[in-house]
Amino acid sequence: MSATSTLHPPGRLARFARLCWRRKAASAGALITLLMLLVAIFAPWIAPHDPNEQDILSRMAGPSADYLLGNDTYGRDILSRIIWGARVSLFIGVTAIGAAMVIGGTLGVLAGYFGGKLDRLIMAVMDMLLSFPSLVMGLLVVAVLGPTTLNLIIAIAFTAIAPFARIARAPTMAVKQRDFIEAGRALGYSDLRIMAVHVLPNILDEIMVLGSLWLATAIRTEASLSFIGLGVRPPTATWGGMIRDGFENMLDAPGLVIYPSIAILIIMVALNLLGDGLRDATDPKLRHE
Amino acid sequence: MPPIRSYAMNNPTQRPILSVENLTTEFRISGQWHPAIRDLSFHVQPNETLAIVGESGCGKSITALSIMQLINKSQGRIAHGRIEFDGRDLTACSEREMEAVRGDALAMIFQEPMTSLNPVMTIGFQIAESVRYHRPVSKREANKRALELLELVKIPSAARRFDDYPHQFSGGMRQRVMIAMALACEPKLLLADEPTTALDVTIQVQILALLADLKETKQMGMVFITHNLGVVASIADRVAVMYGGRIIEEADVVSLFEHPTHPYTEALLKSMPRVDQPRTALHPIAGQVPPITVDMPGCRYAERCPLREARCDVSVPPLTPVAGATGHRVRCWVRAPSPMLEAVAS
Repeated sequence: MSATSTLHPPGRLARFARLCWRRKAASAGALITLLMLLVAIFAPWIAPHDPNEQDILSRMAGPSADYLLGNDTYGRDILSRIIWGARVSLFIGVTAIGAAMVIGGTLGVLAGYFGGKLDRLIMAVMDMLLSFPSLVMGLLVVAVLGPTTLNLIIAIAFTAIAPFARIARAPTMAVKQRDFIEAGRALGYSDLRIMAVHVLPNILDEIMVLGSLWLATAIRTEASLSFIGLGVRPPTATWGGMIRDGFENMLDAPGLVIYPSIAILIIMVALNLLGDGLRDATDPKLRHE
Repeated sequence: MPPIRSYAMNNPTQRPILSVENLTTEFRISGQWHPAIRDLSFHVQPNETLAIVGESGCGKSITALSIMQLINKSQGRIAHGRIEFDGRDLTACSEREMEAVRGDALAMIFQEPMTSLNPVMTIGFQIAESVRYHRPVSKREANKRALELLELVKIPSAARRFDDYPHQFSGGMRQRVMIAMALACEPKLLLADEPTTALDVTIQVQILALLADLKETKQMGMVFITHNLGVVASIADRVAVMYGGRIIEEADVVSLFEHPTHPYTEALLKSMPRVDQPRTALHPIAGQVPPITVDMPGCRYAERCPLREARCDVSVPPLTPVAGATGHRVRCWVRAPSPMLEAVAS
């Protein structure tokens, strides 16, 4: 009301709201990702039916009041299976990318920090890993180790280590040249401490951006592996597995394939929007726009 | 500026905190090793400031990095010499032993305060970190000590600025923070590599006064590297002038300014603008420092020297005492002929 209240600096919440408004796409991406995560975590309470409960009478039935998205070939509730599928997809994606981030990030920082022979060795191995398309790599690992959830995580993590090593290495080399690293050495800090306390926080934003973008890729790889039958074993609900199951009857009941596809599409778009937003937010050139 | 200086500290019976003997540091340039500093010898007493003066490329920063054992091993090496600090030879220390010495008994501050702090950590964290790294103290104690240090280096309302980030500090304030970090473990020797060069003049005076004050109260030795003779006059007890990787003149600060003996020191003093004398044209020193890739048997200053004689190009003159002042030594065939060596030569 009064003039003083308009001069009052905006609170944290107001500033956050303004920031979200200015970055609508990124905020939408973050919101959808968050919702998906909540759905995945609370699947047992949200899902209207048991995902494996078969209602033989409503095989391939269309949407109804009881089964909002209809039923699959075995009469299972598609909506419940999508909700439980989110759990599998996100769990595998998040753990695999988390592992790749830690392993790849560590290798990249080591390579960038020490340079020389170690750098050449690490990057040669990373280039080798990069030369495999991620699906082929995933196929290879799962085929060798067998299709369990853990192996699937290992396979996907393997495909993502190289990009994280690369993205960590370049800024490490740049940060290493900065004066505060030399100043840290003059204070007697060991290489390990400099890498962990002084290099890592300075390159973390770039790793996080890549993380959100690669989470989308990981979910897609998981879906692809499930689609070709190398994913988590049935009857566990996974999005890729649902598309595979529905594939044969696609023409009779398009919902079998369309709904899980839409679920994959939504999470992919959301994660990409989030990643782009993070990239813009951490890019000093765009920060003040 | 501290005008009154006590010379009791130059008591020669006292053990020097740092003594460098015949130090040669080389760098590899296209496969060949070239010395950047040659047979350098000097010493620093506790509570004494030795200024190392010289123009760019004379080897003064390399000297500091050699003492810290921070020469990048892929490019340079200490070819020979001893660096005795606090009773042990640093050139014989392992990297792990050096890590324990650096930032504890031996500290260094750099030229660029604007970029020498980690931009993503708070000031308080960074100072406390330097305490905790070398002392077995709790986080609370380290923070308390960090706050004391901020007050010691005279950061206004230190408690309030403890959680600020470097970008919220000005250049002078950041240099104070760097000094606080260096002093965290009460070093016996502080190496200051042009700590005021990047700061404007009023801030320079404050930082110099702070350093002089801290040196006095903590009884620490200080090696102050600079190219600014005005700074030397205000802070140093003794001065070593370097040229082409060698000390070419060494004296206490009064002798050096009153009786500069080496033609290079003389030219350096003449080339300095003075406010207390009528404004005349400056006298720059003609020519350039020979690059370190050029090896010459004689005096490296010879080709720029107005007093050049034939013998200057034959061999390197020794550091010879100058008559009149104790501890004043100069490396020049013409100005300080060594009678004994001349007898040998003839």
